[in-house]
Amino acid sequence: MSDAYHDPSNVTNPEHADHHIVTPLQYCMVFGALLIGTLVTVLAADIDLGVLNPVIALGIACTKAVIVILFFMHVKYQSKLIKMTVGAGFFTFIVLITMTLSDYMSRAWGLW
Amino acid sequence: MDNAVVVTHPHTHETAVHEEHHHVALPQHRHHFETEEQQREAGTFGMWLFLLTEIMFFGGLFFAYLLYRNWYYDAFVSASNQLNVTLGAINTVILIGSGFFMALGVWAAEVRKRSLLVLFLVLTTVLGFAFLGIKYVEYHEKWEKHHIPGEHFDISEFVNPPIDAKTGKASEKPLAPDMAQKTQVFFSLYFAMTGMHAVHMIIGIVLLFWLTWRAYYGEFSSGYVAPIENFGLYWHFVDIVWLFLFPLLYLINRHPLK
Repeated sequence: MSDAYHDPSNVTNPEHADHHIVTPLQYCMVFGALLIGTLVTVLAADIDLGVLNPVIALGIACTKAVIVILFFMHVKYQSKLIKMTVGAGFFTFIVLITMTLSDYMSRAWGLW
Repeated sequence: MDNAVVVTHPHTHETAVHEEHHHVALPQHRHHFETEEQQREAGTFGMWLFLLTEIMFFGGLFFAYLLYRNWYYDAFVSASNQLNVTLGAINTVILIGSGFFMALGVWAAEVRKRSLLVLFLVLTTVLGFAFLGIKYVEYHEKWEKHHIPGEHFDISEFVNPPIDAKTGKASEKPLAPDMAQKTQVFFSLYFAMTGMHAVHMIIGIVLLFWLTWRAYYGEFSSGYVAPIENFGLYWHFVDIVWLFLFPLLYLINRHPLK
């Protein structure tokens, strides 16, 4: 084993992010943002916006989910490996949804 | 190629032996990891791989909801408006609060404050129970209204919706009996999705009891944060599922397309 692989203080491998502790103040701000998001989504549901109702509801839900993932789940402060893993998972999920949905939508194309 | 063990790093003198074990600083540090940081990242990576399988699992349920909502749109609108938005919103706030205390628990473990960690874990658990309690009230209402799919399901309220006292019109669009039967599809998905979510919460609460017990005896206040942090990832994931369930099941059908 060469010295290059033995790196107890982790200086030769910058891929490993510094360990970061999120402060309680940051958590409080995230908590506040999530509560505001919940309030907005409930209020928006009472207004008749036609096709925009589900779009806005899902948009707010996605925003809240991203906030939770980045801060509560610390992904913002993780290494590239973890960020890629999380991103790849959601990307694969979107691919599966898109391809399955396009199949369902195109089966009876023009027959309705 | 055989699997014979080849000594590539012979212990020639005492300092080499000393060097090799130098990085073992904490009792939880396994010797097959180079550094504490590497071990921690490997754990986080593994936890995320598990959560990705969970995304696919809940994703399948969400996709079924998307598809059936398009097929039986009127039934889904009427059935969805039977849900109690106030209770759903209160539960959302409770769950966000529970996630908030879990996040603070991870912080308390990082800064090695034992009693704060125990307090935050207990608060996380209490709010988890509060969520399940409200969920029970909602399920019980469905039981009383015969809105649980199966033999005793009652479509009368969907075929003849109650007349609104103020406007003098039906509170919902009346459904033809065959479409009214499809409200069972909505309630099946409602119980499958919120039920699977509740099962995840029950598992989480069981784990919380175990972690609180260990935290009380000081296991996570000496720099060993990984179990708390990885459980936190699970708990926040369950939160995220609810952040999508709430608008999809309770909110988006309040104003149906004409």
